[in-house]
Amino acid sequence: MDIISKIEQAGLVGRGGAGFPVAKKWEAVKNAAGDKKYVVCNAAEGEPGVLKDDYILEHYADRLIDGIKIAIDFLSERRPTSTGRRTSGYLYLRHDYYKKFRKKLAALIKNSAIEIFVEPLSAGYIGGEESAVLNAIEGQRIEPRLKPPLPAVRGLWNRPTLINNAETFYNVSLAAAGGYNNKRFYTISGDCLNEGVYELADDWLIEKILRHTNNYPKFEFFLQAGGGASGEVLNAGQLARPVGGAGSIAVFSLAKHDFKKTVKNWLDFFIKESCGQCAPCREGVLRLREVLIAEKIDWNLFNELLDNLSDASLCALGASVSAPIRSLVNNVFQQVS
Amino acid sequence: MKKISIKINSQAIICDEGKTIMQAARDHGVYLPDLCFHPDLSVKANCRICVVEVKGHNKLATACSTFVQDGLEISTDSERVKRSRNLNLELIFAEHIEKCPTCVWRLNCKLLELADRYKIEITRFKDRKGKRKVYKFANAVEIDGTQCIDCRNCLDACKQMQKINFLKLTGKGADQEIVPVSAGWRRNGKIDCIYCGQCAVHCPVGAAQEQTQWQLVEKVLRDNPPKSPLYKGGKILVAQFAPSIRVSIGEEFGAPYGKIVAGQVAAALKKLGFNYVFDVNFGADITTIVETEELKQRLKAGGALPMFTACCPAWVKYAEFYRPDLIPNLTTARSPQMHAAGLVKTYWAEAMKIDPKNITVVSIMPCTAKKYEAGRAELKVNGLLPVDYVITTRELAFMIKKNKIDFLKLKPEAADNPLGAASGAAAIYGGTGGVMKAALRELGNRRLRTVTVNGIGGIEEVLANLNDYDYVEVMACPDGCIGGGGQPIPTTAAIRKKRLSALHKIDAKSEVRKAHENQAAVKALEWLEGKGKLKEQVLFTKYRRRS
Ligand code: SF4
Ligand code: SF4
Ligand code: SF4
Ligand code: SF4
Ligand code: FES
Repeated sequence: MDIISKIEQAGLVGRGGAGFPVAKKWEAVKNAAGDKKYVVCNAAEGEPGVLKDDYILEHYADRLIDGIKIAIDFLSERRPTSTGRRTSGYLYLRHDYYKKFRKKLAALIKNSAIEIFVEPLSAGYIGGEESAVLNAIEGQRIEPRLKPPLPAVRGLWNRPTLINNAETFYNVSLAAAGGYNNKRFYTISGDCLNEGVYELADDWLIEKILRHTNNYPKFEFFLQAGGGASGEVLNAGQLARPVGGAGSIAVFSLAKHDFKKTVKNWLDFFIKESCGQCAPCREGVLRLREVLIAEKIDWNLFNELLDNLSDASLCALGASVSAPIRSLVNNVFQQVS
Repeated sequence: MKKISIKINSQAIICDEGKTIMQAARDHGVYLPDLCFHPDLSVKANCRICVVEVKGHNKLATACSTFVQDGLEISTDSERVKRSRNLNLELIFAEHIEKCPTCVWRLNCKLLELADRYKIEITRFKDRKGKRKVYKFANAVEIDGTQCIDCRNCLDACKQMQKINFLKLTGKGADQEIVPVSAGWRRNGKIDCIYCGQCAVHCPVGAAQEQTQWQLVEKVLRDNPPKSPLYKGGKILVAQFAPSIRVSIGEEFGAPYGKIVAGQVAAALKKLGFNYVFDVNFGADITTIVETEELKQRLKAGGALPMFTACCPAWVKYAEFYRPDLIPNLTTARSPQMHAAGLVKTYWAEAMKIDPKNITVVSIMPCTAKKYEAGRAELKVNGLLPVDYVITTRELAFMIKKNKIDFLKLKPEAADNPLGAASGAAAIYGGTGGVMKAALRELGNRRLRTVTVNGIGGIEEVLANLNDYDYVEVMACPDGCIGGGGQPIPTTAAIRKKRLSALHKIDAKSEVRKAHENQAAVKALEWLEGKGKLKEQVLFTKYRRRS
């Protein structure tokens, strides 16, 4: 069975949040015209409450590198439509991960077409966005690119580029060896006893995960599940659902978190991390904070700004600002509005 | 091109595949606003005011960056679109401090126009950039951080078009700022601005703009109401306008692109209070005669070849800074504005019996770099700078509007003599290839290897093959001065084309086609003969290394 069929059979989907089928992405790069192609492994998670890349590098670095090599081999195979024979790969690493794992990784990539690229310290959260990763490697300003063109068609130095995150390459390696058994990584953090990364079945519900890991709170709480800073906020009665996105669960004690402070923290994060390209995000998050900290919140304007972020932002960072804030209001603090 | 059908605001439209929603809409008369979009530059889609709703899409789409597809149903004015577009406009307005009273844009401002069209509140959010810096590049161009809306057009103009890379973006998010590369803790010795103003002519909101002198000109005009030329003690005010102004300034008043309005320019300048209005085309004929004479000499005597034109001060700055080794190759002939003004303060002053100190010369130029040129000390004649002030096409248009002069209704007037007469060859100085063509008319059928650099961004290729040429024309701006940094906004490739063809029309209609057939010019040059140092001063210049 060829690798695409194996990936399809395993049902792998991207772990970045959008859930795009991995096999389709690989095929798209394979079919894109061009001799020179690139594979990029994104191991520079920057979202608060997501630490799975660290975990994978610590425990499964060999699998991760194997997955990248499989991708390079796949793109190097000749096909009538494509001659990506000169494919090479980048392992895009967070700075601290590089320091931690450089020796081990150097040994693993020896004699391969893989090169390590260390994410610049200033890259921040947006430095993990896939087209921003490409900019970083090219030495351009680190911020998302306008799409289309998609990286699969014109990525690194305008060549077709396959970019997946570390977990996906790890899974591909397992699938290739027939060892993929529908698990994924969950990062649990916040007001809980057993913070950490756990590898568990990908269809477990939030409540089960918390109980299994001895993290189910004994106090009043809410939590944020899915994509780190952009995850949806749920109350204790809403936990009968799987964790989406990047697999994060952040627990918040209700006693320690009031509405304004929580939202302000998030907005401070987005203000700091906005790349500043587009008006709805660059200006919008700034004004949201102004509205929030005013004595009386102008809810009309607040909602208008949130809608505009979802509707008109250039990239997913801006578009994801409203989900946590809206769900915090709807699911936890209905009384504030 | 494949035809596809889409719907815009419920109206069925057949259009070409490969167009953006913005193009398709505009082709069919549907209005769409834009700020960051400029046809000369790559699409960045960062202002988000061109948002439209596409049926079946989760998010709104930006019309400037989204391509049409068969069956798309687009709404440009739904409630959702309006809310988002208006809010983005309000957010952007709060980046742009209102300096309207002194802004040459005031009567022509895209932001104010959009605010008016959509009835938005321009002060819904507090201005947040009031304390930003203003960066000045010599006396030519400035970037005013308090007005910048972060669209990055200036960056791309300097980088993609001009390949100078003098501007960079620092900081992140709301703190980002356009700064010159030399603004850091230490001057970067490798890159410098050439003052071409392409950043300014591509800025949608006048944050990158010329360093204006219209206030000074206005003051001079106010202090010196029109007087008889023989009036003692008062200043005689002379305006001279560049070849390319006459085919562009009409746009500021709603005339179609490429309308020839030389007569209205002269009339408007008179109305503003200038005693005399001369045509820089006269100076262009002088330049052609002097420069071709030099070229002939160099060819004969084996001087530095290829010889380069030097009427574009941005190119001169480029050579002085980046390629000082080429200084001997630049023609020593001054530029048309300098030739004309030098003769005003000598030849004409003598004829009129006016003390040159009492003459104020104001140039109307398509160009920001001409402001810099006018201040170069080595251009002094008898201790006086020939040109006192330089204002751009935009600045003149602003003054005309401010004085409520109905420009297009003005009765055309001729420029004053003797410095008003010109050949057709002078007119085409305003466009790429024109200086070269004017010279070649002088040289007859001599076989010369020539090349024209149309926009400084294309210079590398020519510099790499210098041995292939005898004579090189360089114009820093795309398509030459008709695309200059001081020209009306918008200036785009399509608009430049229309201005250019208007110049050729003037040339074709001229009775005198060759510079040396301009009798007035020949007479002025005869007057200089035997005047030794004065002739040197009026006609020639020197260059120096600036890096
Ligand atoms: S939404 Fe816009 S400003 Fe925000 S990070 Fe994305 S591109 Fe940058
Ligand atoms: S004037 Fe010309 S060289 Fe200077 S910053 Fe503007 S575009 Fe760049
Ligand atoms: S100076 Fe003008 S062109 Fe440059 S980024 Fe600011 S608004 Fe845009
Ligand atoms: S091409 Fe013309 S407008 Fe542009 S810098 Fe040169 S002289 Fe000025
Ligand atoms: S004009 Fe389309 S986003 Fe600016």
